[in-house]
Amino acid sequence: MDFTLIEAIWTVVVMVTFIGIVLWAWSGKRKQDFNEAANIPFNEDEPASTEKLSKEKSHG
Amino acid sequence: MADQQTYNYKVVRQFAIMTRVWGVIGMLVGVLIAAQLAWPVLNFDIPWLTFGRLRPLHTNAVIFAFGGSALFATSYYVVQRTCHVRLFSDGLAAFTFWGWQAVILSAVITLPLGITSSKEYAELEWPIDILLTLVWVAYAVVFFGTIVKRKIPHIYVANWFFGAYILTVAILHIFNSAAVPVSLFKSYSAYAGVQDAMVQWWYGHNAVGFFLTAGFLGMMYYFVPKQAGRPVYSYRLSVVHFWALIFTYIWAGPHHLHYTALPDWTQTLGMIMSLILLAPSWGGMINGIMTLSGAWEKLRIDPVMRLLIVSISFYGMSTFEGPMMAIKTVNALSHYTDWTIGHVHSGALGWVALITMGSMYYLIPRLFNRELYSLKLVELHFWAATVGIVLYISSMWVAGIMQGLMWRATNADGTLTYSFVESVQAMHPYFIVRFLGGVCFLFGTLVMVWNIWKTIAGAKPATATIPVPAAAH
Repeated sequence: MDFTLIEAIWTVVVMVTFIGIVLWAWSGKRKQDFNEAANIPFNEDEPASTEKLSKEKSHG
Repeated sequence: MADQQTYNYKVVRQFAIMTRVWGVIGMLVGVLIAAQLAWPVLNFDIPWLTFGRLRPLHTNAVIFAFGGSALFATSYYVVQRTCHVRLFSDGLAAFTFWGWQAVILSAVITLPLGITSSKEYAELEWPIDILLTLVWVAYAVVFFGTIVKRKIPHIYVANWFFGAYILTVAILHIFNSAAVPVSLFKSYSAYAGVQDAMVQWWYGHNAVGFFLTAGFLGMMYYFVPKQAGRPVYSYRLSVVHFWALIFTYIWAGPHHLHYTALPDWTQTLGMIMSLILLAPSWGGMINGIMTLSGAWEKLRIDPVMRLLIVSISFYGMSTFEGPMMAIKTVNALSHYTDWTIGHVHSGALGWVALITMGSMYYLIPRLFNRELYSLKLVELHFWAATVGIVLYISSMWVAGIMQGLMWRATNADGTLTYSFVESVQAMHPYFIVRFLGGVCFLFGTLVMVWNIWKTIAGAKPATATIPVPAAAH
C-alpha cells in the first residue's frame, strides 16, 4: 500500500479518536465519575496535623 | 508483609533530598558558565572548566539530576497516595535511586573530560546510556506495577501524565541513543545527515514535551489541588488536554531545524503542530490556575501557593512564546540567538524549577512529619527567584533580538553591516545582567536549602499508613 495513503488514514483515525475523547469527556454521564476522580487526592486518612498550613515557627 | 500497610516513603525521601542537592550543583554550574560568557577569563585556561564542557554538565545536572530526581520523588509519592498501595517493588525502587545517582555521577565525571556523543541533552556515551535504559525500565516496572495493583479503581489524572512521561522518555532515549560504539567512550550515531538531525530534535523537543512538561504537569495535578485544599478546576479539561498534548507534542520537533536541509514540508508541519500546541498547553495552565478560583486569598497568605501559581503562569508564558518562535519568519530572527536561551529558561526556571520547589515545600515536611520551618524564608525565596527569572529572560530577549538584527543587517552593496565579533561585543552588558539573574535565582535556592535543612534537622523519617479500605462512593 502507498505510504501516503497509510498516513492519510492514520491522520483520520487519530482525529476521530480525539473527537471521540472530547465527546466522551463532555458527556453528562461522566460528570459524577469525574467529580469523584477529582477528589481522589483528598481521599485519604492523613493525620490532621500535617494537613493544615504550616505555621511560622521553629523546631528544636 | 507488614510493610504492605505503609507507603514506601524511603525512596521518595532519598529522591527529594537529592533534588535539592543536584539543584544547587546544577544551578551553580549554570551561574559559573554565565559568568564565563561575561568574563571569559573565568575558565582559568583549564580544559575541564571551559564553557563547551561545562554547559552540557549544567543542562544534564538541572534537567536530569534536579528535574529527574524531583520527578522520581513526586511520581513515587503521588502514585502510592492516589492508588492506596505501596510501591510495586521496594528493591527495584531502590535500584532506580542508586542507578539514577550512578548515571548522574558518570555524567559529572565524563562531561568535563570531554567524553560526549555531542547530541544535545543526550551527550552521555553509550555505556551510560545502557545503564540509563536499565534504570528507566525498572522505573516503568515500579510505576506501572503500582498502577496495576491499585486499590482505587480510577487512575487519577496526575498518574496519566507521569505514565506518559515515563513511557515516552523510554522510547525517545532508546531511538535517539542508538549508536555504533567504536571504543569504550566513543560511539557514532546510528543515523546520518539530516535524518540524524531530525531524530535528535524529535528527541530534543519531546524531552521538553514529556520530561519537562508532562512529568511536571503530573506534579501540578497533585500538589496544586493539595496545597489549595480543593479539587482540580475541571477534570474533563484535564482529560482532553492530556490527549491533545500527547497527540500534538510528538510532531513539534522540526521547528528546531527551520531553514536547514530538512525538507520544507517537514519544517512547515513542525511549525503548524507547534502552533496547535498552544491550545493543550493553555488548557493545562487554565486548569492549574483556576483550581484556585474562589480561594484567591491563598495567593496572599500562602507563599507556597504563590510559587505554584507563578510557576503555572510562567508555563503559560513560555508555551505562548514557544509556538510564536516556531513560526518560520520569527524563527529566522530568533534562531541561534540568545532569545532561545531566554525562552528555555523562562520554561526551566519559571515553570519546571518553581513547580518543583512549590511541590517540595509541600512534600518534604510531610516526609519527616514536621511543619515547614519558616514561611518568611519561602517568601524570600519566592521574590529572589522571581526577580532572578525576570532579569534572566528580559536580558536575553533584548540580547537575542539585537543579535538577530545585527546578523541580518546589510549595507547597500549587500555586504554585512556587522562582523560576528561586533555582535558578541554588544552582548556584554546583557550577559552580566543574565549572570546577576542567575545569582538571584541561586540565592533563592540556597534559602530554600537552609529552610528545608532547619525543617528536617533531627527529624525522624515519617511513616504513613495506607487507608483501609479505600473509601468508595
